[in-house]
Amino acid sequence: MAFTLYTLIQTAILCTNAIAVLHEERFLRKIGWGVDQGVGGFGDDPGVKAQILNLIRSVRTVMRVPLIIVNSASIILLLLFG
Amino acid sequence: MDVPHHGYRATKQRARAAPPTGDSVLFEDTSSPASGVNNQGFYTPGYNVGGPSNDMQGGVGVNNLFTDPMANAAMMYGSSLANQGKDMVNKEISRFMSVNKLKYFFAVDTRYVLKKLMILMFPYTHQDWEVRYHRDSPLTPRQDVNAPDLYIPTMAFITYILLAGMALGIQKRFSPEVLGICASTALVWIIIEVLVLLLSLYLLTVHSDLSTFDLIAYSGYKYVGMIFTVLCGLLFGSDGYFVALAWSSCALMFFIVRSLKMKILPSLSSDSMGMGSSAKPQLRLYITVATAVFQPIIIYWLTSHLVR
Repeated sequence: MAFTLYTLIQTAILCTNAIAVLHEERFLRKIGWGVDQGVGGFGDDPGVKAQILNLIRSVRTVMRVPLIIVNSASIILLLLFG
Repeated sequence: MDVPHHGYRATKQRARAAPPTGDSVLFEDTSSPASGVNNQGFYTPGYNVGGPSNDMQGGVGVNNLFTDPMANAAMMYGSSLANQGKDMVNKEISRFMSVNKLKYFFAVDTRYVLKKLMILMFPYTHQDWEVRYHRDSPLTPRQDVNAPDLYIPTMAFITYILLAGMALGIQKRFSPEVLGICASTALVWIIIEVLVLLLSLYLLTVHSDLSTFDLIAYSGYKYVGMIFTVLCGLLFGSDGYFVALAWSSCALMFFIVRSLKMKILPSLSSDSMGMGSSAKPQLRLYITVATAVFQPIIIYWLTSHLVR
């Protein structure tokens, strides 16, 4: 399996897109992964589920605008260069 | 001539003093037009006589370049621009990764490298796996053989790429693009492994002092095993390849488990709450074991196409 660095960038963009499209109301709350359902214990070890939920929420908040830019750039580049 | 210091400064003064008095053929100083007149060598009169008649303009131009104040000002402006650019680059780079932290990983010496290579290939007799600290900061690899470093992984990575090219050349399957493909594949696998490790350490809230560079170092140690495996495969054929693969896999698994156990697992004992769920130590153990099991898989994956 020959990986190039471009493959890595493509994988990163696709994975980040996948995390960013998880809608809070329509999807995550239905399966019990909403923002208010994660914080259970108040100890110093939040637990795996809380960490995952935090990660999803922070990726959605932080990467929303950069993802728009990166996706637009890659669409334009793919249209121009195939 | 002052007292010889037996140091750098003394040799530098001696080197600087040689050219104007000695030969002119080899050490002719053509950086300024004045020295051409002072040199009493064999070639310079000919040069001075034949030169000006041909490229008088060039000689006058060279004279003008160094005495013209505009050119001087331009040179100084250019050099100050270069300095500004250098400072800016340094500042930007030190925003992303601290260069001091990186220097810690390259502070190695020969004795450390030899001992570490021996431990990587035969870790079963090494007793003490603790990373020693000195007033709360880890010791450099020069003083502590258990400290991770980045010199061995970098050199092993480059050696692996060269070996891959050589192995493919022996089988007459070589072309220059293959080197690039091999290098980027191996690099991407390292990045994937480090990212997965970072993600799993974050998800399980393991409060260890493993930084990103530490993980890169531990991921890069498998290249030593890979080099050994490929060499044995080239020298002794397919049987030698599998024997070396088994040997280096076992050695690497042992090394990784013993090294990471110290870093990941004992942070459990510092939890003062006695009600830590029983899933925690098992999950941390799973991470360590999964990292160890991943090493032989990736060694086989990256080297089997080299030894057919």
